[in-house]
Amino acid sequence: METFLDFISFKDPNVFYVVIGIFCICSSSALIGTFAYLRKRALIGDAIAHALLPGICLGFLVAGEKNIIYLFAGAFLTGWLSTFLVDFIVNRSKVKQDAAIGIVLSSFFALGIVLLTYIQNSGTTEQGGLNSFLFGQAAAINKSEVSLFAGILVIVVLIIIVFYRQFLIVSFNPDFAKSIGLKVKTIEFLLTSLTVLAIASGIQALGVVLMSALIITPAAAARFWTNNLLKMLLIAVGFSVLSGWVGTYISYVNFGMPTGPWVVLVLSIITLLSFVFSVNHGILARFLKARKNRRKILHENILKALYQLHEREGNTNELNRRFSPRELLSIRLFDTRNLQNGIQRLKKQSLLKQEGGLYFLTSQGAKESKRIVRLHRLWEQYLLKRTQIDAYHVHSGAEAIEHILSPEIEKELIRELGISGIPEEDF
Amino acid sequence: MKEQCSIEVHNLTTTYGNTPVLWDVDFELPSGQIIGIIGPNGSGKTTLLKTIMGLLSPASGYVKIFDKNIDQMRERIAYVPQRESVDWDFPASVFDVVKMGRYRSNNLFRRSTKTDLAIVEESIEKVGLSDFRNRQISQLSGGQQQRVFIARALAQKADIYLMDEPFVGVDAATENAILSLLQEMKKDGKTVLMIHHDLQTVSDYFDYLVLLNTRLIAKGTPQEVLTEENLSNAYGGQLTLLAKVANLIKENEFPIRERDVDL
Repeated sequence: METFLDFISFKDPNVFYVVIGIFCICSSSALIGTFAYLRKRALIGDAIAHALLPGICLGFLVAGEKNIIYLFAGAFLTGWLSTFLVDFIVNRSKVKQDAAIGIVLSSFFALGIVLLTYIQNSGTTEQGGLNSFLFGQAAAINKSEVSLFAGILVIVVLIIIVFYRQFLIVSFNPDFAKSIGLKVKTIEFLLTSLTVLAIASGIQALGVVLMSALIITPAAAARFWTNNLLKMLLIAVGFSVLSGWVGTYISYVNFGMPTGPWVVLVLSIITLLSFVFSVNHGILARFLKARKNRRKILHENILKALYQLHEREGNTNELNRRFSPRELLSIRLFDTRNLQNGIQRLKKQSLLKQEGGLYFLTSQGAKESKRIVRLHRLWEQYLLKRTQIDAYHVHSGAEAIEHILSPEIEKELIRELGISGIPEEDF
Repeated sequence: MKEQCSIEVHNLTTTYGNTPVLWDVDFELPSGQIIGIIGPNGSGKTTLLKTIMGLLSPASGYVKIFDKNIDQMRERIAYVPQRESVDWDFPASVFDVVKMGRYRSNNLFRRSTKTDLAIVEESIEKVGLSDFRNRQISQLSGGQQQRVFIARALAQKADIYLMDEPFVGVDAATENAILSLLQEMKKDGKTVLMIHHDLQTVSDYFDYLVLLNTRLIAKGTPQEVLTEENLSNAYGGQLTLLAKVANLIKENEFPIRERDVDL
C-alpha cells in the first residue's frame, strides 16, 4: 500500500516522468494502431517493432553512447525500411503478406541480436541498459525522453485530427479514396510513418519484442465496445494507458522486473474481459440472450399445456381450473425441475397463482395462454396453406416459431388467413 | 450544351504483371444513357472500370471523360466498387459511409456544410434506407449494403456513374429499387456505366452495350450486340487462340507492343 501511495503521489520525481511518458507512448500507439487494425495491417506493427532493434544498435554504434536522438533515428530508419521491404516483397514476388512479414521480422531481429551481442562483447561501459530494449524498462524513462514522447503524441494527434477524413476513407475503401482523387499512396505513407514513430517511441519502455501488442491489442479490445470510429479511438487510448500504468506500477514495485510483459498481460486481460462482457458482441451477452430465449420458450410451453389441459376437458372459456404440476406432464413431457422453476417464475410475473399445492391461471395468464395457442395454430394453418407440408409435420414446424411471432406478424397472419379466435384443429 | 460523348476509351491495354487483361480496347460511349458492360468471368470488366477511374494505369492507350483527363473530371464521375471489395465490419454507420460521398480533395479539412448534410440525407432517402441511417453497416443485408454504396455515389452529385456489378447478391426488392433509380438518373441526363452478369435481363436494362472478352467484341444497342455470333465470340471459347497468345507472352515475358509503333 505504501509503495502504491509513493507511486501515485510521485514521491520519487522519476515516477512522474515515467507515468507521463507511458501515457504518451500508450496513447500514440493506440491511436495509430486503431487505423492499422482497421486497415488489416496490424501484423506489420510486429515487423516494425522487431526491426527497430538493429536500428537502435546502429544508432548506438554511430553515437558511441546511449544518445536518445541517435537511437531513435536509427530505430525510425530500420523500422521504416522493414515496412517498405514487406510491401516490396509482396508486390514483386509470389510471396504473400504473412510470409513476407515473417521473413522481414526475423531477419531484422536476428541482425539486431547480432549487433547487440557485438556491442556487449566490445566492452564499452556505455552500453549498460541497451539490453532493456528487448523487454522494456519503463523506469529508465527520464525527463528529456518524456518531452520527445510528448512531442510524438502531439504530432500523432494533430495529424489524425487534420487527416481524419483521409484516414477514414483510405482505411475503409482505398479504391473509392482513389476514385475521388485522394493521394492514397501519400496517405498510406503518412500512416506508416506515424506507426513507425509511435512504435519507436515505445521501445525503451516496452521492448521490441512486445511493443507491437500496443499497436494491435487496444484497437482489438475497443472494437468490442463500439461501432463508432471516434469512440473506438478513445476507448483504445483508455485501455492502452490503463494497462501501461498498471504494468509500470507492477514493474516499479517488483524492482527491476521488465515492464513490457506486464503491460501486455494487463492489456490481454482487458481484451479477454471485453470479449466476455462487451454489450453487443460479448459471449456473456450471447449467453444471457440464449438463456432468456430458453426461459421464454419454457414459460410459453407451460401456458400452452394449460390451455390444452382445459381443452381436453372441453372447457376453454374460463381457464381457471386448479392444477398440480404433475398433471401438466400428461400433456407435455417437461423436465420436472425446469417445470417447477418455470412455474415459480410465472407466479412472480403474476400469470399464475398458488393455492395450497395447486396452481391456477390469473386472467392475464389465461389471455397469454390463449395467445400462444392461437399463434401456434395460426402458423400451422399458414404452413398448410402456403407450403407443401404434410399435416403430420406441420405441428413440429410450428412448435418453435410460435415463440417468436411478433404482434405485427400475428395481425398479418389473421388478415391473410381470415381466421379470428383460436383455430380448432390441432396437429 | 450537352456533351455527346461521355467516355472515350482509346486503344486501351491494361496488364497484370505481364498478362494483358484488356487488349487494345477502343470505344466511345454516348452520354445520358444506361450502358452495360457484359462478358464472361475474367474478361476484364472490372479492370476496364478501374482503368477508366484511374485506379489502374494502362500499359498503353488513354481514357477521356467529356474530352478531358480523368483527374480534371473527378467531381463529375462517381465510382461504385464491388460490394465484396470492402470489409463491412468497419466501425461506421450508413450515414458515415454516405457522407464520404461529399468528401472532395478540396474540402477534407473543413466541416461538412448544411448543404452537404442535406444531400447526404436526400441520397439515403432515395435508396430507401432512411430507417437505417444510424445502423452499423455490418448489420445490413447484402442488398442494403449495395444501396449504401449507391447512395454514396448519389451524394457525389456526379454526371457519370460507374457501377461494378450492383445487382450481385441483392434481393428482388433492391434490384427493382436500383432500376427505378437508374431511370430517374437517366431522366436527369446522367450517364450510367454498369457491369452486369445476367444476360437474360440485359436488353431490358440497358440502352447501350459493351461486350468484352479481353478485347472488345462488340458495342452498340442491345439489338446490335446480342447476336449469336457476338455472343459465341465472347462466351463460346472461340477466342482460345487469343488466350494462347496471351499465355505465350506471359511465359516468355515478351513485350506486348513494339516501342516504335504509332498508336
